[in-house]
Amino acid sequence: MALAFDEFGRPFIILKEQEQKTRLRGLDAQKANIASGKAVARILRTSLGPKGMDKMLQSPDGDVTITNDGATILEQMDVDNQIAKLMVELSRSQDYEIGDGTTGVVVMAGALLEQAEKLLERGIHPIRIAEGYEVASRIAFEHLERISHKFEFSATNIEPLVQTCMTTLSSKIVNRCKRSLAEIAVKAVLAVADLERKDVNLDLIKVEGKVGGKLEDTELIFGIVVDKDMSHPQMPKQIEDAKIAILTCPFEPPKPKTKHKVDIDTVEKFQTLRQQEQKYFDDMVQKCKDVGATLVICQWGFDDEANHLLMNRNLPAVRWVGGVELELIAIATGGRIVPRFQELTPEKLGRAGLVREKAFGTTKDRMIYIEHCANSRAVTIFIRGGNKMMIEETKRSIHDALCVARNLIRNNSIVYGGGSAEISCSIAVEAAADKYPGVEQYAIRGFADALDAIPMALAENSGLQPIETLSAVKSQQIKENNSCCGIDCNDVGTNDMREQNVFETLIGKQQQILLATQVVKMILKIDDVISPSDY
Amino acid sequence: MAIEKLLKDEATEEKGERARMASFVGAMAIADLVKTTLGPKGMDKILQSTGRGHSVTVTNDGATILKSLHIDNPAAKVLVDISKVQDDEVGDGTTSVVVLAGELLREAEKLVNAKIHPMTIISGYRMAAECAKNALLEKVVDNKLDAEKFKADLMKIAMTTLSSKILSQDKEHFAKLAVDAVMRLKGSTNLEAIQIIKKPGGSLKDSFLDEGFILDKKIGVGQPKRIENAKILVANTAMDTDKVKIYGARVRVDSMAKVAEIEVAEKEKMREKVQKIINHGINCFVNRQLIYNFPEELFADAGVLAIEHADFDGIERLALVTGGEIASTFDNPESVKLGHCKLIEEIMIGEDKLIHFSGVDMGQACTIVLRGASPHMLDEAERSLHDALCVLSQTVNDSRVLLGGGWPEMVMAKSVDELARKTPGKRSHAIEAFSRALVAIPTTIADNAGLDSAELIAQLRAEHHKEGSNAGIDVISGSVGDMAELGISEAFKVKQAVLLSATEAAEMILRVDEIITCAPRRREDRM
Repeated sequence: MALAFDEFGRPFIILKEQEQKTRLRGLDAQKANIASGKAVARILRTSLGPKGMDKMLQSPDGDVTITNDGATILEQMDVDNQIAKLMVELSRSQDYEIGDGTTGVVVMAGALLEQAEKLLERGIHPIRIAEGYEVASRIAFEHLERISHKFEFSATNIEPLVQTCMTTLSSKIVNRCKRSLAEIAVKAVLAVADLERKDVNLDLIKVEGKVGGKLEDTELIFGIVVDKDMSHPQMPKQIEDAKIAILTCPFEPPKPKTKHKVDIDTVEKFQTLRQQEQKYFDDMVQKCKDVGATLVICQWGFDDEANHLLMNRNLPAVRWVGGVELELIAIATGGRIVPRFQELTPEKLGRAGLVREKAFGTTKDRMIYIEHCANSRAVTIFIRGGNKMMIEETKRSIHDALCVARNLIRNNSIVYGGGSAEISCSIAVEAAADKYPGVEQYAIRGFADALDAIPMALAENSGLQPIETLSAVKSQQIKENNSCCGIDCNDVGTNDMREQNVFETLIGKQQQILLATQVVKMILKIDDVISPSDY
Repeated sequence: MAIEKLLKDEATEEKGERARMASFVGAMAIADLVKTTLGPKGMDKILQSTGRGHSVTVTNDGATILKSLHIDNPAAKVLVDISKVQDDEVGDGTTSVVVLAGELLREAEKLVNAKIHPMTIISGYRMAAECAKNALLEKVVDNKLDAEKFKADLMKIAMTTLSSKILSQDKEHFAKLAVDAVMRLKGSTNLEAIQIIKKPGGSLKDSFLDEGFILDKKIGVGQPKRIENAKILVANTAMDTDKVKIYGARVRVDSMAKVAEIEVAEKEKMREKVQKIINHGINCFVNRQLIYNFPEELFADAGVLAIEHADFDGIERLALVTGGEIASTFDNPESVKLGHCKLIEEIMIGEDKLIHFSGVDMGQACTIVLRGASPHMLDEAERSLHDALCVLSQTVNDSRVLLGGGWPEMVMAKSVDELARKTPGKRSHAIEAFSRALVAIPTTIADNAGLDSAELIAQLRAEHHKEGSNAGIDVISGSVGDMAELGISEAFKVKQAVLLSATEAAEMILRVDEIITCAPRRREDRM
């Protein structure tokens, strides 16, 4: 096949070194792709829902990560297969866009692929399946819009937001103190949110972790925490009403970027240079003192001499503060980042009510808290926990919760969780399928079946009879015309998700369906896989 | 059709039961490894490093043992990690936390085999841990207000901690050392202020606490060996050749004469600097960096004691003790705070000469000099003392105290058992298992001491059935004894940390149902 003939009958090669490449074509290619997509989904399936299990991942360097966050699992899995990589991308884009539901989207895509496989076997053309899925996803999308509820919250009434964040956190290992963590996440988001514009800049929330203590000690700090200590051990550990000079220039002699040389050839020159140098340090420190700063935060290091001069003039300083933190400090304290000593003016200083150094544990761990800032828009969530893996996992969970809270502020529509939205969509899609003439009808029905996969997995992970539970809930939804019936994962005794307070964001769910459909369409359209064979 | 390879070469994947088994086995292996070191009659381990020289460490400190192991099993790594954190956070209980986590997993394995879902076990464990914590909270004693009693408490805690270590022979002596040292810190947890100097020779009994400060350095030649009413300048400055710091400066000369001139200027500069330092009116100068011969000579001429190359911790401590500040510039002598002490003298410990600062202003820092037969012994003694110091410094802040000798475990086990009886559903099995895991700790202590654990634990359990019992295992006499009378105490903070971290770790491992191991990164073969 890879050999063609030109008009003179001479052969020419289309695909170079064909023998050395493996090639899959037609139905085989599709089936192989579907199989690998399904394999990825199968790995994540058991992590879904509040009773989902965790995965332990060992990196090439031997570090251990324990997580049930879909995006993290896939990212660290070291996947080699091309289609599997697509699934990884899928989960990642859900993570970037929404931040939550990264497991659900992959499970959904896996279920769609499974249905597609059955349809392919019946001889339906892949493109027709893809089109059918497209139609079905639109129906589901609109249906979600219909069953969604607006819910009201304000800066004073944060309860609904907390409830939603708790739903997200309940599937993580931190669910022991989901209530307090959810409150922390919501308060943090509200602190930085611009409710007028419905915008939240998550960059203003810094999540900082320190091993030790217990999860309950996790706290929200209206200010910044920097993992640094004062540059000189004898500087004051606590500063009230601090005026902060934020510098990005080192307390060191200048280093012009152009290459230069200062030649010393006489004794006089040697001496002038020495005096210059001393004056230079003196000027730098004096400059900071003159503008009225009571704390210097610097991105770079200090020379010993400068350090002592700062100490001597009673000007506490922090060195080697990272760029991102520096920016946050600038935002929080309302100061300006000053790149040169000459440009230091009193207006550019930041203000904070309290700056203090705090020590932890038995080792020499100290951190600097900058609190009561002039502009309290930047906040820090400070996580404590038993071990490093726990902290990392808590960070990921908090990130998810933050994203959910942000999404709600952007768009306050919610759908009910526990698989209820999927079941409701499945019913709607199933009903709509009959209206479509042609082969697409089958694909649409397949889509409806695939939607059932999420509640099914939820039930399975919770130790319930999957088929029995699902059909019971489905019939209940139709009978009572109540789209809030879902899987009772926590054994509460009711399957009305409204009573259980299990919400998810509308945009999160919609995005899941759209993204999963898109990826599946892409996979279905591939009919030829050419890969170099092992070398 | 066969599924194509999903993961990269050499990456492995273990699922469901197999994964759970792998992590159980790994975690339990680690727990069993350190199990024999638990308690006052615990045994030590020899660790031989793979590095050059195959240096040997003898220890029974859980964190030290685990830190030195090369472990491949991911679940085992979780345990090593919690032990490390326990070490950083409270300093002691590093073995207990691993043993407890291991026992929790051992019990969990049985439950999983009995077809109980891991999530049910986790929720049971959580309830049990909460209940156990509350049981401890009810029983704590807080003597913060009564200074005498508090000190006695500290003393007991120190003795209990030390009794499981190599120092147990002289535990009273060392407990006193540790308590004194920590009391001097006045509530700070910064153990850096306590310096431990190890000098081989003599016996452990010869170790002592020095109120002043000892610097393991020599006094420069020709300088006074003894200074009374010393004024000390603590500095961090270059005293070799004071380089020009302006970037790109270099010396370029065209004749030998000029070289000489510049050399003279350089010397002049140094002389000036030394003069400035001397102008502070000091008679002792301690620098963090090197002092070259030339300035040293100048100092000797001025009758100033110059000490070079003190390490950074030493400098910081010295500054703390003498109340001086660490200086790097010397232009304003009036604004630099000098340190003071009554007497500086050179003392001999064993073979070595050390510099001793006594009669210092601020008593925060102090020095403990450890003496012992061999470096291994000293290393272990240092670790033990460090544990004791850590626990004590934490106790000063959180003064709640519990009895020791397996008493807290029995108290917890009792209330957890009661909870199990009240709880309906499958969770009660997990709660019961938790209580069994707690009892495993006194059992191990008894086993390690060569006692009949089954008999003892049964007695202990009966004893604890009475309200307000103080019964625990008295390892020395090999029977059940009254812990309050025997003076065996433990810090509440340590026990709480053990309980919480162990439960957290067990929970984490239980939740795993799949292990994916990436291919190990290939190292460049440099051979």
